[in-house]
Amino acid sequence: MEQSRRYAKSHEWARREDDGTVTVGISAYAVEALTDLVFMQLPEVGAMVKAGESFGEIESVKAVSDLYAPVSGEVVAVNTELPGRLETLGEDPYGSGWVIRIQPADVGQLETLLDQAAYDALVGGESH
Amino acid sequence: MPVQYESIVAEHLATRQVAGLFDVSHMGRVFVEGPQALSWLEGLLTRRVADLAVGRARYTLVTGVDRTAVKATTAPVILDDALVTRLADADNGTPRLLLVVNASNCPRVIRWLESQLPASGVQLTDRTAATAMIAVQGPLVFAAEGLLRQVCAADTTSMLAALPVYGAAETTIGETPAIVSRTGYTGEDGVELVVDSAVAVSLWERLLAAGGDRGVRPCGLGSRDTLRLEAGMPLYGHELTELTDPFAIGLGRAIELDGRTFPGVAELSARRVAGGRQRVGLQFQEKRAARLGDMILPSGTDRVCGEVTSGSFSPTLGCGIAMAMVEPAAAAVGTELEAAVRGSRLPARVVPLPFYRRSREAS
Repeated sequence: MEQSRRYAKSHEWARREDDGTVTVGISAYAVEALTDLVFMQLPEVGAMVKAGESFGEIESVKAVSDLYAPVSGEVVAVNTELPGRLETLGEDPYGSGWVIRIQPADVGQLETLLDQAAYDALVGGESH
Repeated sequence: MPVQYESIVAEHLATRQVAGLFDVSHMGRVFVEGPQALSWLEGLLTRRVADLAVGRARYTLVTGVDRTAVKATTAPVILDDALVTRLADADNGTPRLLLVVNASNCPRVIRWLESQLPASGVQLTDRTAATAMIAVQGPLVFAAEGLLRQVCAADTTSMLAALPVYGAAETTIGETPAIVSRTGYTGEDGVELVVDSAVAVSLWERLLAAGGDRGVRPCGLGSRDTLRLEAGMPLYGHELTELTDPFAIGLGRAIELDGRTFPGVAELSARRVAGGRQRVGLQFQEKRAARLGDMILPSGTDRVCGEVTSGSFSPTLGCGIAMAMVEPAAAAVGTELEAAVRGSRLPARVVPLPFYRRSREAS
């Protein structure tokens, strides 16, 4: 399963599901780096998102950060539990900490994202 | 100084509950010495200096002309806020003072002060690089068997514990000569230590070792900001700027006008406009807070009545808080307002400042 998860350089992850949708979340590295989360703004189901553009925001005591869509498409599900329980992002970033699900316009966009090895190399570099 | 070592919230709460160590060496430290030092500073700072006793510090503003600016103006502005401390006189009886200024303003403050030096009688020495500064803040600092007792001799600890707030002494922390003042920027009791750079790391490590198993943490700029915000203290660049009316932001205590001749004394008096915006505290219902530059509006209206100067989640209160400048009609405690924050409206209520006041029994 790990091979199926892809990452944006802006630290969102994307995973293709069996039904053809793409689940999007925030990488464990990014959640750890943000620390002290206080607020999350998510889109509505039905919203159209564009790859590389902001679909929401996450705020820590330190700063406000945009969340960027890894692929273009329509938001078909939103984890509405999340804003009221932000600690889920850190506890289970790739499971119950998922953020939105997108019906992708072009599933091939996933291939343009980083694979696990490339992402590990990216955050390995950032942590030094 | 990093924004955080591990977590702003954890560092903040450690300072409120136990103690926090802050490496504030980035702040400017300027020593002023000489037979004319007191009268010279009396003519330059907004607080009186001529009657400042040995071993006492005062919070002051520094007014003057910014000669480092691309377009230097001729009218004096507020260059910085600062702490002026009168140290023990030199052996020949000459007064010695220490001026601690903000890092970002240090070059222009020094440039201005140097331009005002008389031909003789005052020596100005920038010892920012030669010294380091560590703030040690929190209830454990002066507690029995607290942090100071663990790094100082018993008689030194007693002497420091007897210092009043804004008192200062030159002493030794263990073997390390230090200027110790009972001052800080957190709303907690504590000290700020100025020591030679060469011994700073070992002192830091001794303090951390003395408190590590009791939850003392190194703290970064992030918690320094949330702590001072809860304590209602202004920050240059936020509440306080070159052209701020200091009286409107509650800094009247930093300005002594009667019979004074400091630069801009007339301009500062003239800024005391009746009916101008004034500083208030705002409390939000959620964890999120409005931040610097966000607009404030009366509830349910589209009319701007103020602007946020500082805002953050408050770890002590568990909700968002902010300081803002608002019109007098919106300034009464209990007034319901809204902050415009990136496309949404956050309900906010005017509350008394400071947001946090430490319990005095604890110390």
